Order: sequence, then C-alpha cells, then structure tokens
Amino acid sequence: MANNNNRPVFLNLFRIHLPVTAVLSLAHRGTGVLLFLFIPVLIYLLGLSLESPEGFARVRSLVELPIWRSVLILIAWFLAHHLFAGIRYLLIDADIGVEAAASRRGAWVVLIAGVLVMLITAVVLL
Amino acid sequence: MSGLRAWLLQRLSALYMGVYLLLFMLHMLTDAPADYQAWRDSLANPWVALAMLLFFASLLIHAWVGIRDVIIDYVQWPALRLFKLALTGLVLVACGLWVLDILFAVME
Repeated sequence: MANNNNRPVFLNLFRIHLPVTAVLSLAHRGTGVLLFLFIPVLIYLLGLSLESPEGFARVRSLVELPIWRSVLILIAWFLAHHLFAGIRYLLIDADIGVEAAASRRGAWVVLIAGVLVMLITAVVLL
Repeated sequence: MSGLRAWLLQRLSALYMGVYLLLFMLHMLTDAPADYQAWRDSLANPWVALAMLLFFASLLIHAWVGIRDVIIDYVQWPALRLFKLALTGLVLVACGLWVLDILFAVME
C-alpha cells in the first residue's frame, strides 16, 4: 500500500513503547517457543534416566556442569513465566483482572514472580 | 484442529500440566526416588506411567496448538507455512512415539 500522506512512520523499536501487558503477551509466545525446543531434550533425559543406573547417575550429575546449570535456571524462568502468564490468561477468561489497571498489575506480578522463581532456582542450584 | 476445539484443548492441557507439575515437584521435594531402581520401580506402576503419559500427551497437544498459532501469524508464504507446520507436526508425533517407547520399556 502506497504511503502518500505525510504522517510520520515510526518503526524504530526504541521509540515504540509497548505497554507491560503487550510485553507479557510477547514473552508468553517467546517462552512457549523456547520451551517447545526443549521438549526433545526433556524426553532424551527421561529416557537416559530410565535406561541404566549409569544413565540415571549421568542425568543427576548434569546439575554439576555450569553450562547445564545455566540451562536449567533459564528453563525454570521460561517455564515459570509461561505458567504464571497462562494462569493470568485463564483468570482473564474467567472475567478476573480484565480492567486496564488490574490487567497491568497482574502483568507486573507475573513478570516479577517469574524472575523470583529464576532467582530461587539459581540459589538452590549454585 | 482449530477454533473452539483448539482453544479448549489448549486450556485443558494447560490445567493438567499445571496440576501434574505441582504434584511431581512436591513428590520430588518430599520423597524423591533415592536411586535408579526406586525411580524405575515408581514408573513401573501403570498409574504413575499413565499420569506421565497424559502429561506428555498434554504437552505435545499444547505445543502443537501454540506453535501452529505462531507459524500462522508469522509465516506468510503458503508453501513455507505448510512446510513448517508439517515439520512441527512430524517432530511432535516423533516425540510422542519416543515417550511411548520409553514408558513401555519400563513396564516390561
């Protein structure tokens, strides 16, 4: 579509201000896709842990590798964020927290709770 | 799968996974299997295996509905969209068969 009026076109991402609820919606999708990518890894670890005592020990000892520790901390954050954001959407389905102010407050609670879970996981694992 | 059915399945699978994860984590925190044998024995119980199978079924259905939505929203070119949808479906079906294989091997 030709843009033949003189209205400014703002596609500079640093100048577009997303409300927190939009950030939450994007993050819900983003974390969902990242968790999807983790599914084969999860199934692989399940199979390994059930295959032999050595496999079980290997899965357990993964936590000691810094790289895996980081992965686990990130996955805990993504999962917690996705779960809490999902619960918020279910509550909105049930007509709870629909109003603009309540919806924004809920979004902040979800964001902060997700980060808290990540920090707790980090403290437990480190 | 689309429309109301996808919407409903997304929520039902989410609820099941939420409850399962909560119980699984409580179990791991209070009564984690001490060794390989205990872990294997716990999953040899058909009910425990069934609950885990339902978790993975929910996970794969939930992933399908979610990824399908993302692909439909962002991949505009029809052939590429179809390819990505088919690839996602194939990966998820393979994951499902893999879980079945693992859980049946434990019950034998």
